[in-house]
Amino acid sequence: MNLKRFCTDIHIHTCLSPCGELEMTPDAVVKTCINKGIDIIAICDHNSAENVKWVQKAAEKCNLIVLAGMEITTSEEIHILAIFDSNDQVMVLQDYVYTHLLPGQNNDDLFGIQVVANEKNEVEKIVHKMLIGATTISLNKIIKKIHSLKGLAIPAHIDRENFSIIAQLGFIPDELNADAVEISYKADCNEILNIPGIKKYPIIRSSDAHRLSEIGRMTSDIYLEDVSMNEFKRAFSHKNGRRVE
Amino acid sequence: MKLKEIKKLLDLKVVVEGRGLEKEVLGGYVSDMLSDVMANSQAGNIWITLQVHENIVAIATLKELAGIIIIGDREPAELTIKKAEKEKVTILNTSLSAFEVSGKLYQLGIRGNK
Repeated sequence: MNLKRFCTDIHIHTCLSPCGELEMTPDAVVKTCINKGIDIIAICDHNSAENVKWVQKAAEKCNLIVLAGMEITTSEEIHILAIFDSNDQVMVLQDYVYTHLLPGQNNDDLFGIQVVANEKNEVEKIVHKMLIGATTISLNKIIKKIHSLKGLAIPAHIDRENFSIIAQLGFIPDELNADAVEISYKADCNEILNIPGIKKYPIIRSSDAHRLSEIGRMTSDIYLEDVSMNEFKRAFSHKNGRRVE
Repeated sequence: MKLKEIKKLLDLKVVVEGRGLEKEVLGGYVSDMLSDVMANSQAGNIWITLQVHENIVAIATLKELAGIIIIGDREPAELTIKKAEKEKVTILNTSLSAFEVSGKLYQLGIRGNK
C-alpha cells in the first residue's frame, strides 16, 4: 500500500454560479489551483454542473484532479455538496435537479450572470434557469439520489448562519446519511465540536471560493492510495491509514 | 384558547393528533429556521412553519410547544409523521399562507412572545 497526501479543496464555484465572479473561468481556476499547490478539487456550482467538463478539460495536461460536483439547495434551504468520480454521474444528477428548480428565469442584474465557459475562456452559453433559489428536493431525497449515483453527500459549511443544516434544521438529524460534513473556512475547530451530533461525522474543510483569491484559503489534506470516491469513503472512515487532516 | 377551537375556526386539517386538541395555546411563533425556533419559541406556543423535515418534531418536543401548523399545503414527510406519532406532537396543516394564519390567530387573541 502506498498512500499519498493530496491537498484537497472540494468546494469551488465557477463563473456559472450567479454569485461566482466572472474571473472564475475554467482556465483561471485550474491555473490558480496549480499555483497554490492543490492536488484535488471539486467544482460545485449552485444547482448546476455545466462547467465541470470544461474545468476538467482545462486540467487535462496538468497534475490537477478535477472531481465532478454540485452544490444543491434543498427544499429546506440547506446547501449539500454532491461529489462524483465522473462528469457522467453529475450530469444525471443535473437532469434531476433541473426538473426541480424554481420556475422563472435568472435576473442577471440582481443575482449575477451564469456563464458556461470552455477551457479557452470562450463563452459557450449563458444559463437562464433560476439557479440561485432552492430546489423542491428535500434533504433526505437528495442524499438518496446522490448515493444512488455512487457519489458523496456532504452538508456544506454547517457552521454558517445561512443555508446550513444547523441554521435550517437546528441540529444534525439522527437519520442523516451523510458521508462527511464540511465546515467553513472561518470555523473554529474547537468550537465546532460543540455542535450536537457532529462527532459521528468526518469533517472536511474547503474554501467555498467564489473568486480566484479565495481558492485554497482552506483545504484538507487527504491520504489516499488513488483518487476515487471509494478511497474518499475509506479516508472518511480511517481505513488502513487513509485519513483526512 | 384551545387547539381544537383554533382547528375549527381556521378549518385546519389534523395530520397527527399527538396529545390531543385539548391543549391550551399560550402564544404564537412563526419561523422557518429551526435554529431560531429553538432559541426563541416558548412553551405553549403554536408554531407556524413551512418546514416539513422530521426535526420539527424534536424542536416541538424540546420546547414544549402546543402544536405545529404547516402552511401552504405542504405535506409532512413520512418520517416526520412517524416521529410525531411517537412523540405525541400535534401537527395541523392548511392551504393558507403563514401571513394569513398569523393574522387570523391574532384576531382570535393569540399573541407573540414578549
